[in-house]
Amino acid sequence: MDLIEIVFYAFAVLIVSSALVVAVSRNIMYAAFGLMFTFFGVAGLYVLLNADFIAITQIMVYIGGILILIIFGVILTTNIAGVDIQEGPIGKFRMVSATLITLVLFAVLLIMYLNAEFIVGSANFGDSTLKALGTSMMTKYLLPFEVAAVLLLVALVGAALIARRK
Amino acid sequence: MGVGLTEYLVLGTILFCLGVFSVLTRKHAILVLMGLELILNAANINFIAFAKFGGLNIDGQVAALFVIILAAAEAAVALAIVLNIYQQWKHINVDEIDRLKD
Repeated sequence: MDLIEIVFYAFAVLIVSSALVVAVSRNIMYAAFGLMFTFFGVAGLYVLLNADFIAITQIMVYIGGILILIIFGVILTTNIAGVDIQEGPIGKFRMVSATLITLVLFAVLLIMYLNAEFIVGSANFGDSTLKALGTSMMTKYLLPFEVAAVLLLVALVGAALIARRK
Repeated sequence: MGVGLTEYLVLGTILFCLGVFSVLTRKHAILVLMGLELILNAANINFIAFAKFGGLNIDGQVAALFVIILAAAEAAVALAIVLNIYQQWKHINVDEIDRLKD
């Protein structure tokens, strides 16, 4: 059991336990913090997979952007001040059927992944992926890059327009 | 034995199924959004694992980058819609918001 395995399983435990908190917890703020730890664990996993730029982008965009946005959304949509935001219980039929669907999906995907014979190779990214990412963004993926920029502008204007106070 | 492609894919599957469970079971709209973010992160783990182990090389990381960009844009617009719904109905219980126009 070498160090990479230990680190991988440590991050995996962090990710799965935090995602369990997100999926099961009644308290919205607990779920938001569980989401934050999930994002941190995933960023650590990215570093393990030689995706250093994506890991930092994950921390900055997901934790520093989307999670803050979600917490602001929670703050702005509470009715009662000073009370922990709770979510009510759900019906038995819905819980059982959702668990069944999830387990079937998990079983199908697991069987598929354990039986598939992927052509495995190990990519060598060198010191940092930054140069390769930048080059491919500017040559091979130029059109999606520009379209993504326009899409972000549209999302910005649209979100500001939709959420304005009438 | 080492940590190979399969371990990362199984982890992505677990995260994906927890996200699907969240989307199916939760009543608060923002908790549904959190489940959606879990699903997107699971797909990203798959992309990056295939970039390292499965032959996608840098293209897998570019795909993951675009997923992060789109997740940010979609979270912003979704939360704007949630705020609007809250202004109108004073709650965001997705079970009870079932009409287009009141």
